[in-house]
Amino acid sequence: MNSLIILASLITPGIGLIFWTSIVFIILLVLLGKFAWKPILNAIKTREEGIEKALASAESALKDMRELKSNNEKILLEAKAERDVMLKEARETKETIIAEAKDKATKEAERILASAREQLIAEKNAAVAELKSQVAGLSIEIAEKILRSELSSDDKQKALVNNLMKDVNLN
Amino acid sequence: MSGENKTYGLLLKAKILFLLLFLSFNNSVWASEPDEREVQPTVATEHAAETHGEEGEVDIAAVAFEHILDAHSWHLWGEGHHAVAIPLPVIIYSNTKGLQFFSSGKFEHGYAEYNGYKLEHEEIIPLDTNETIYDFSITKNVAQLFLTATILFLLFTSIAKAYKTTGVTTAPKGKQSFFEPLITFVRDDIAKANIGHNSDKYVPYLLTVFFLILINNAIGLIPIGANLTGNIAFTFVLSVITLIVTNINANKHYWHHIFLPPAPKALYPILVPLEIVGIFTKPFALMIRLFANITAGHIIVISLVGLIFVFKTIWISPVAVGFALFIDVLECLVALLQAYIFTLLTALFIGSACADHNEDGVHNDEDEKALAKH
Repeated sequence: MNSLIILASLITPGIGLIFWTSIVFIILLVLLGKFAWKPILNAIKTREEGIEKALASAESALKDMRELKSNNEKILLEAKAERDVMLKEARETKETIIAEAKDKATKEAERILASAREQLIAEKNAAVAELKSQVAGLSIEIAEKILRSELSSDDKQKALVNNLMKDVNLN
Repeated sequence: MSGENKTYGLLLKAKILFLLLFLSFNNSVWASEPDEREVQPTVATEHAAETHGEEGEVDIAAVAFEHILDAHSWHLWGEGHHAVAIPLPVIIYSNTKGLQFFSSGKFEHGYAEYNGYKLEHEEIIPLDTNETIYDFSITKNVAQLFLTATILFLLFTSIAKAYKTTGVTTAPKGKQSFFEPLITFVRDDIAKANIGHNSDKYVPYLLTVFFLILINNAIGLIPIGANLTGNIAFTFVLSVITLIVTNINANKHYWHHIFLPPAPKALYPILVPLEIVGIFTKPFALMIRLFANITAGHIIVISLVGLIFVFKTIWISPVAVGFALFIDVLECLVALLQAYIFTLLTALFIGSACADHNEDGVHNDEDEKALAKH
């Protein structure tokens, strides 16, 4: 029957196609292997290795950065602590300086006050002495003037001698 | 793996069921018109009548097989004498006349005899019964094989060039980015997963097999394309190469397993022949699987379209076209999957014959466990 012949040819491998397929496949395998698969697979492999390397280096860079960041934080903390200490010291120094200055100023003021007082006393004494000498001069002048007026006439001289005589006790 | 195999088995079974259904159906249609053929006088016109009956009768089975089988010319359109086809070179080695070379156009689509040969069912038959010939013609399948091999060579060398010109640091572009995932898929998920650390050696072979089957599966789906991957000669050659690659690279453990299987000595007379047959059944299954899947798919599509001619009404066409479209889309999936399956099983066979999966230098039962775990 017709369909049996066709079926037989369907499942019988033809020698011609076997021949050509073998030749073409082997040639294709060699050519593609040499000119296509080798460069393509090598390129893909190189890229994959590159990507792997890049990922690894990115990872290490991240790690480095993290370390750097923690280092920076540590340094920052240290700096802050140092700053605090310095500030504290400065404050203390300031207070001591102020206290010292106050102390000195007080003492100086007291010293100035004392010297002023002494000067004042000395000047007062000098003034009093001068006053005393002037008063003594004046008294002498006055006494002189009075004497001169008392002894200006004979009557008055006699009267004075009399008067003084009276007081003199000859005994 | 076994799950996938099961799915494929089921798909194949469904296809065969379909095939048988349509064949029996078509045969009955065929049987109803035998008288017309007997009236035809000459051999050549009888052939034409067989394929396309008189008065517009169409023999679907014959048309289906015409599309599936190889041909000596690349048929484009038209029927009988008016067919438009590209003639292809005929190369014959005859035991009496030696090597001969002429165009298949000389046969005039099977209506004429030439140089003592006639073309019957696309087979060159010598008129002299004492003559034996070996047909090495560039048939439609061979022509498509040349064509696809050229396309693959140009395509992949241009991709290789793209890697060279753009370097490996830039992202792949265009066809490079389309094929790179496929290439890495074959390399990693087919080769490496089944063969292990020694897989790099086999990757070029697996890639070539994968892309050659894929492109021919795809072109076979186009109406004027040749059914190369559905031809048993093509799958036979690929399977034989797989058989050779597998056994050449097989290690001691593989042969030990075949000739000294881990079983009581009394069972050796049964087991050893079985193991030896097993060497051949694996590639044989590979050959049949690809051939049957692709052929069955094509027969279904043609049979569905043929429904229109069987029922002789245009009203059946939406159903026929709808189903044919569905099967065609399914065939697109099958085209990719069969290329994948063929490559995967090839890798699996190579892997089971030569790999040691736990990298201890030998292939043993621990490797099987390692593979199963993988």
